[in-house]
Amino acid sequence: MIPAELADRLRGSFVDVVLARDEVTVIVEQEDLRATLATLRADPDLSFDFLSCVTATDRPDADPRFWVAYELRSMAANHRMRVKVGASEADPRVPSVTDMFPTANWQEREVFDFYGIVFDGHPDLTRILLPDEWEGYPLRKDEELGGVNTRFHGAFIPPVDQRTTT
Amino acid sequence: MPGTPTDAPLRGSSGEIRQETMIINMGPQHPSTHGVLRLLLELDGETVITCKPIIGYLHTGIEKNTEYRTWMQGITYVTRADYLSPFFNELGYCLAVERLLGIEAPARAQVIRVLFCELNRISSHLVWLATCGLELGAVSVMLYGFREREVLMDVFESVTGLRMNHAYIRIGGVIMDIHEEGMEKTRGFLRVMPGRIDEFESLLSDNPIWIQRNRGVGVLTSEDALALGVTGPMLRAAGVAADLRKDMPYCGYETYDFDVPVRAEADSYARYAIRLDEMRESMRIVEQCLQRLEEPGPVMVQDPKVAWPAQLEVGPDGIGNSNAYIHHIMEESMEALIHHFKMVTQGVEVPAGEVYQTVESPRGELGFYVVSDGGHSPYRVKIRDPSFVNLQATPIMVEGHLIADAIASIASLDPVMGGVDR
Amino acid sequence: MPVERIDGVHLGTTPEEIEEEVRRGVVLTSIDRAVGWARKQSMWPATFGLACCAIEMMSTGAGQYDLSRWGMELFRASPRQADLMIVAGRVSQKMAPVLRRIYDQMPEPKWVISMGVCASAGGMFTNYAIVQGVDTIVPVDVYVPGCPPKPEMLMHGILKLQEKVRTAETFK
Repeated sequence: MIPAELADRLRGSFVDVVLARDEVTVIVEQEDLRATLATLRADPDLSFDFLSCVTATDRPDADPRFWVAYELRSMAANHRMRVKVGASEADPRVPSVTDMFPTANWQEREVFDFYGIVFDGHPDLTRILLPDEWEGYPLRKDEELGGVNTRFHGAFIPPVDQRTTT
Repeated sequence: MPGTPTDAPLRGSSGEIRQETMIINMGPQHPSTHGVLRLLLELDGETVITCKPIIGYLHTGIEKNTEYRTWMQGITYVTRADYLSPFFNELGYCLAVERLLGIEAPARAQVIRVLFCELNRISSHLVWLATCGLELGAVSVMLYGFREREVLMDVFESVTGLRMNHAYIRIGGVIMDIHEEGMEKTRGFLRVMPGRIDEFESLLSDNPIWIQRNRGVGVLTSEDALALGVTGPMLRAAGVAADLRKDMPYCGYETYDFDVPVRAEADSYARYAIRLDEMRESMRIVEQCLQRLEEPGPVMVQDPKVAWPAQLEVGPDGIGNSNAYIHHIMEESMEALIHHFKMVTQGVEVPAGEVYQTVESPRGELGFYVVSDGGHSPYRVKIRDPSFVNLQATPIMVEGHLIADAIASIASLDPVMGGVDR
Repeated sequence: MPVERIDGVHLGTTPEEIEEEVRRGVVLTSIDRAVGWARKQSMWPATFGLACCAIEMMSTGAGQYDLSRWGMELFRASPRQADLMIVAGRVSQKMAPVLRRIYDQMPEPKWVISMGVCASAGGMFTNYAIVQGVDTIVPVDVYVPGCPPKPEMLMHGILKLQEKVRTAETFK
């Protein structure tokens, strides 16, 4: 289906459907996430049976703060869409979809590793890319970039996030 | 606890030999694990009972770093993620940003992008063949693979200035036009390569040792592959004809004439055969690109708010701004100087929004989830790397088989740890 | 018999002492030269390719830019059999203890070439994940800049290391 048709079709079942830049996004609440993904997979016209990507964005001035995005693709019908859920700053928890889509196993671990979002029901939620004893969640916007304060020919070059150009 | 040495006698009370499983660690520094991959294997003799891949030894923080740079500088970061297919990283990122901007690169730039991506596909498959052969013990394949790759490196260097990590594909097009020397070198490559692929086939395809080590090894059925999100040659070896160049085309791929090789055996040998066929199909596409490049045209979008302001040319000391352009901004026009300065330091301003753009990299679906908040820096760049997702299939392919087959399975998976760990 | 004056060698007062000193100095210099020549001729690198620079290192060892011209085509997998570690690529925080362990497992004499800007100084990745210069972990003999350095640049670095090894004074 082309994106406009897909958006019309989804507006029948979901409240929050956005069509922008030729992409369809559906925003759901946490409680409805697993049911939504199951419906999208079971429907014969939609048949979203392939989970491409699970990722998260941190918007410190929005409520909820963390937004987890699921990129879905249908191999049979050859179209894409996105499902987004919000996770609050106080208790960032999202239900895990690993039993429905085994590919989400490592991808949810990566989101946990970078943002600290806990996925309820994940079989092995541990750090995957950073060392196991690392403290902090580096991709959050309030974490520093890190690196070292460099000195070069007498001038002090601060780390990138404290430089004044750019 | 299994694996701990004890003083217990080797024979039990009833006379049979005591057996325990052994937990050994392969990597991260290992000649055969295809990069800094660590495998925690529980072995019963030579058979693998459980396999747990541990990654993260090359985690570079690329995604965080792009948030502190301009949009154009993000290309130099993203190109080093999957370092064997840098053009694909750049292409995916630039296509995502162009969709956010709502612009399209000119036609000639699209053709050049396709040309270099297909040449990169060939060079990536050559490195795969070389390292796969090396890991399985066929050392001469390593030398042959790198010999062909040097011809491609020569082409890349003459056009983009670098052998790897080029930063050639930019937002709005490509940074420099391809010159006649580059096209002549590409034609020379196309004349030589088919014979070389025939050489590989005659060396390996009917070789009984190669067949024994690869046939029936590392089987991954299509149900498992789709459930695990595996794409690329691994999925096509299982019988699923999924190729983003055909299914969701970009850069004008729908106008080129090429086939997508698919096999049904789903083992390591099928992946080897598919990659060799893909090299041949890529050469077909490169020939069609060279024909289309006969017509001149712009290679960067004309919008002054987006286009990279410099006019690069090759001088005696390498690639740099042309003398005419330097004269223009320094002597003639103050506005041009200010515009150049602003575009280079601040860069393009991208309207707010999010996109997910995919390209078909040599390893599968390479996706870029790019979020902008309307500024000069990316807000979030997530690289959906195919090797990261494909590597999840390792336990299924490896468990229950011999440890030597584990090496062959992982080699046929073609993981690039730069993409896995980013 | 050729006589060489070596800086820092204390010459005695009597003619016999002087002659003894000089003779010993000559012998040791000849041994030094021989040992230095032997060491540089057949250095065995340990495989420590990490990222993009590893591919350029493999290209340097392959057919076109042949490392076996200098006796180095044999990349030993086991660090116990190697004497040169070419740190090729970006060293992440998780990899740093592994790097130090491999370095400790190499027997003396050993040398380290830091290949590429990521290994030399952190490169373009000034962030939380990358060690900003591998010389914070292991002592480095030669730094080869580049991102990645061309095979000719790596060969230049290797030749500089060979000069350093050849002229090293081990016995004094």
